[in-house]
Amino acid sequence: MGLANPNIESGHRADQSEGNFVTTTIDKVVNWGRKNSLWPMPFGTACCAIEMMATLASKFDLSRFGSEAIRFSPRQSDLLIVSGRISIKMMPVLKRIYDQMPEPKWVISMGACASCGGVFDTYTLIQGVDQFLPVDVYIPGCPPRPEDLIDAVMQVQRQIHKGELPKGAEVA
Amino acid sequence: MNEEEKEITEETIPRVLEQLREKFGDALLEEAESQNGVVVVVNKEKSYLLLEYLKTELAYSFLVDVTAVDNSNLESELMKYDYARFMVIYQLYTFEEETSRIRVKVPVHEKELKIQSVTDLWKGANWLERETYDMFGIDFEGHPDLRRILMPDDFEGHPLQKDYPLRGRGERESFNFEKQNV
Repeated sequence: MGLANPNIESGHRADQSEGNFVTTTIDKVVNWGRKNSLWPMPFGTACCAIEMMATLASKFDLSRFGSEAIRFSPRQSDLLIVSGRISIKMMPVLKRIYDQMPEPKWVISMGACASCGGVFDTYTLIQGVDQFLPVDVYIPGCPPRPEDLIDAVMQVQRQIHKGELPKGAEVA
Repeated sequence: MNEEEKEITEETIPRVLEQLREKFGDALLEEAESQNGVVVVVNKEKSYLLLEYLKTELAYSFLVDVTAVDNSNLESELMKYDYARFMVIYQLYTFEEETSRIRVKVPVHEKELKIQSVTDLWKGANWLERETYDMFGIDFEGHPDLRRILMPDDFEGHPLQKDYPLRGRGERESFNFEKQNV
């Protein structure tokens, strides 16, 4: 069957002589597939988006973690990466994009601006998208390094692996 | 007058300024020289005619920018122009003269917060005037479509006016998602 993945903790390797199969639970298999095929929806509005592009390109190569299929349609994606500052005019757009994503869905708030407004403590800037969206992982930095984004994706993967629900699912 | 702008002496007077003096004389409130160009302050009644003259007769055909300044914190500027709170600024450029840039400033009083639109001279003034209206609340008379351009349509106030609080009036914490047209 080719499911001999050491990550499936409860999986039990059967005797080779009886053919290759493992026993596990359906949740474990689904989550294993899910965490290795996160399809990001990039929402890049500022310099963090440049770092996100670098993360996706060949040097840092996010596809090593199964997330190479960047979707510019929210209906085909399950990981929203908010990278950049969000103004009060942009927030309804972002909210609508989040609402259009199919469940289950995760949100990464990348960088200081998305997480808390950063240096832009002004009339027009949302002081943290978590006021309006359920954020699963925050990345500090201004802008964060590509390694930080990779780490955040891996953190989402760990949450999925443990079977934890996304923040959005708890709210709904 | 900024520090970069210096007084004009009779020997080095740019040709464009001579032409403007000849035609608009009294309407020119102040003149100065800036990098590669001149700065003139003109009263509101003659501003449209002066811009039209610059465009059609003197080849200053390229409108670089329309913006404004709120001088309410600058007593020295206020005193100079009969306590006109705002200054609408037009930046023009020409490809033909050595004095390639000209900055036209127009004092605008708060109690009469309007000025004639230049959209019929330059199509490109459309969005620039919308931005100036959005940020400063200056009404451009004759503009075909004077709506907000940067802030949301239901935003109240004009954020670049000096008495608008930097952190806003609570817009960023609460707004109605259902009401917004996305």
